[in-house]
Amino acid sequence: MLYFTRWKALGIILTALIVCLCAVPNFFPEAQVKTWPAWAQRRLVLGLDLQGGSYLLLEVDSNYVKKERLDQVRDDVRRTLRDAKIGFTGGVTVRNDAVEVRITKETDAQAALAKLRELSQPLGGLMGSSGQRDLEVTDAGGGVIRLSVPQAAMLDRLRKTIEQSIQIVERRVNELGTVEPVIQRQGNDRILVQVPGLQDPTRLKELLGKTAKMEFRMVDTSVPPDQAQAGRLPPESELLMSASPPPTPYVVKKQVLVAGGDLTDAQASFDQRTGEPVVSFKFNTSGARKFSQATQENVGLPFAIVLDNKVISAPVIREPITGGQGQISGSFTVQSANDLAILLRAGALPAPLTVVEERTVGPGLGQDSIEKGELAAYVGSILVIIFMLLTYRLFGVFANIAVAINVAMIFGLLSLLNATLTLPGIAGIVLTVGIAVDSNVLIYERIREELRGGRNAISAIDAGFKRALATILDSNITTFIAAAVLFYIGTGPVRGFAVTLGIGIITTVFTAFTLTRLIVAWWVRWKRPQSVPI
Amino acid sequence: MTHTVLIGLGVLIAVLTVVAALGLLPSLRIVPDETHFDFTRFRRISFPISAALSIVAITLFFTHGLNFGIDFRGGTLLEVRAKSGAADIAAMRTTLDGLRLGEVQLQQFGDAANVLIRVAEQPGGDAAQQEAVQKVRSALGDSVEYRRVEVVGPRVSGELLAFGMLGLMLAIVSILIYLWFRFEWQFALGAMIANVHDIVLTIGFMSISQVDFDLTSIAALLTILGYSLNDTVVIYDRIREMLRRYKKMPMPQLLNESINSTLSRSIITHFTVTLALLALLLFGGHAIHSFTAVMMFGVVLVGTYTSIFIAAPILIYLGVGEHREDAPDTATPAKKSKA
Repeated sequence: MLYFTRWKALGIILTALIVCLCAVPNFFPEAQVKTWPAWAQRRLVLGLDLQGGSYLLLEVDSNYVKKERLDQVRDDVRRTLRDAKIGFTGGVTVRNDAVEVRITKETDAQAALAKLRELSQPLGGLMGSSGQRDLEVTDAGGGVIRLSVPQAAMLDRLRKTIEQSIQIVERRVNELGTVEPVIQRQGNDRILVQVPGLQDPTRLKELLGKTAKMEFRMVDTSVPPDQAQAGRLPPESELLMSASPPPTPYVVKKQVLVAGGDLTDAQASFDQRTGEPVVSFKFNTSGARKFSQATQENVGLPFAIVLDNKVISAPVIREPITGGQGQISGSFTVQSANDLAILLRAGALPAPLTVVEERTVGPGLGQDSIEKGELAAYVGSILVIIFMLLTYRLFGVFANIAVAINVAMIFGLLSLLNATLTLPGIAGIVLTVGIAVDSNVLIYERIREELRGGRNAISAIDAGFKRALATILDSNITTFIAAAVLFYIGTGPVRGFAVTLGIGIITTVFTAFTLTRLIVAWWVRWKRPQSVPI
Repeated sequence: MTHTVLIGLGVLIAVLTVVAALGLLPSLRIVPDETHFDFTRFRRISFPISAALSIVAITLFFTHGLNFGIDFRGGTLLEVRAKSGAADIAAMRTTLDGLRLGEVQLQQFGDAANVLIRVAEQPGGDAAQQEAVQKVRSALGDSVEYRRVEVVGPRVSGELLAFGMLGLMLAIVSILIYLWFRFEWQFALGAMIANVHDIVLTIGFMSISQVDFDLTSIAALLTILGYSLNDTVVIYDRIREMLRRYKKMPMPQLLNESINSTLSRSIITHFTVTLALLALLLFGGHAIHSFTAVMMFGVVLVGTYTSIFIAAPILIYLGVGEHREDAPDTATPAKKSKA
């Protein structure tokens, strides 16, 4: 137990040294570290609870995604049957998460079934090998054909929706000009957004809470809004309310002239005549062509600029707009014009997002937490160090050296992993100091016991290490299991705690098995002790 | 001020280190070298006490319940600091009551400027919580600094609770499986009883003290579990070793010897953990206060007691050591350990 080959000793010291050195970048200002080579840039990241900032958990409305898909299937069915000239009665209905249609003549049922089966695509495109399809078409009997979306297809669609949403969210968040935001997918239907340093997430939430589906549609002038409200609504039109108060109804045609996807740019600016804030936009080529054609056909008629099913404004087309650019005015403030421009540039979300969890920490509290955590860590360590010195004297010095290296290694490993340090994480480090001390206590108490049992100094030290190390391993593995479970189930701060605790256990076992032993072995070789001052 | 104290303590450490290295320091022992307490006989008192305490804790859990924080109950929590230096709680209460948000709790903490505002979960799903926090923010306006705002919607809170409980179970089960492999099943069972006992008593403590039960509390419970097991494993390790060595020693005596020989380690380790926790409790600030308080109770009070008075003696009832071989002892007990 007390004999180390030269190479082994060198290996141990080098490992400890390299791990400790990994903590070095934390002691230099960030700007300076940035100029270092990439491999040297790894450092601890402060959690939002320490540096302040906003954490938002957004959820995609999976019911919306499902409804959209079913509506789409319904439209497809209608079109397919019309194209094939197959009659159906009672319309195409969406019922119980499935689309149903009743074929008028039973003789047509087989032909209809074959046609509708063509709508079903293999899941995952051409590469799909699962054999699953995105639509299940079944004969429900009595001429009724039922089309349902299988669970796997729905999840696939949800996954794509989330991926698209993340891109849009990224663009919108980046527009805010924040430093190093984190945007990640979480679970099946959630997106996590972390913005360090953001004190008031109100504007961010407003930006992310809008789908920003922009459409240019014609106003239906055949019916006045009040009559339409009373029920005389043409089938190809719908009733929409104005975006700005007071809520005013508009009858707007369902057909979309140009959609927001055709926009290439949007900027907030001021109207040259009235001086009020407006949003000017540019279409891409196809958008410009569609828009110019539509405006040519409808001179003198009003069209509606619709955002998320609310009418922003409904100007009258005075002359054809052929240049592919225009501006939206509609009682904007500078801020709201800016936000709309951001939303239009970033594009529309495929489905609405809701904030399901929000945690914001102001910079004052973060700074307080760091100071308090540091103070507690210092005081705790000092108390423990003094206690160890008083209890074990020279061996207390050994223990303190080992624990100090242990803590340095924890910081080194955390930096190497670019781990996030949270307040519970600091608590985890303080607790690890306790565990690290315990490993030394176990060894020393065992040595004392062996001495009492009548062994001579060197044999007692040897036996003490041998027996205590088995116990240290056993007890640390159990604690490590608890830390691993915490890491697995925890989020945010709890995870930070689990990480520091887990890493602390690893370094503790390493130090106990190698460094502490090495220090004592050197001392034994140097002193050749007849008694152990423990 | 604190810096001076820290520097002073640093100097003290330096001096002590030098003195200790020179071998001039007297040894301080908080536990005598040889102890011979009859811990196992005490089981006739400790088991009924533990059973009674557990029943009290469970009753408390069902009558008083836990003070669920917003993590598990949903709702909004705002930590604000009055810019004027002293918060006018009464005025704030009037303002917030005017918003008609249901139950709103205000609590002053730290100095006079800090106020914790809790708004109960609003009916109407996730969007309603967002509206509520917006209302509170605009009602209080710029008169306060928003140090912390947390909003947890109804679905997330449900998931967090389920996940927390699942994690606790998962941890217990996986640790048990490990112990079962490493020892015998009786040890795993004994450790589990000791564990559940710890957790039940700690939950009772949380119920009495009504500290916020949130995600951090789950972390605290798991840490208590880890520490307590750590202790139990150290004693079990020793019992196993003794079982191998002294084949004929009566079980109660063997257990006593095991506990007594690890006693100084148990006490010293718990003393150091107490020192670390004490520092966290006194200086760690409000945010981890309840965490450390729970840890203090669970690790220091319950954990130590359990490993000594419950985890080891219970092995007698689980039949450990009954079927040892009738081989002659290779050494006389309690005199010399065999090399």
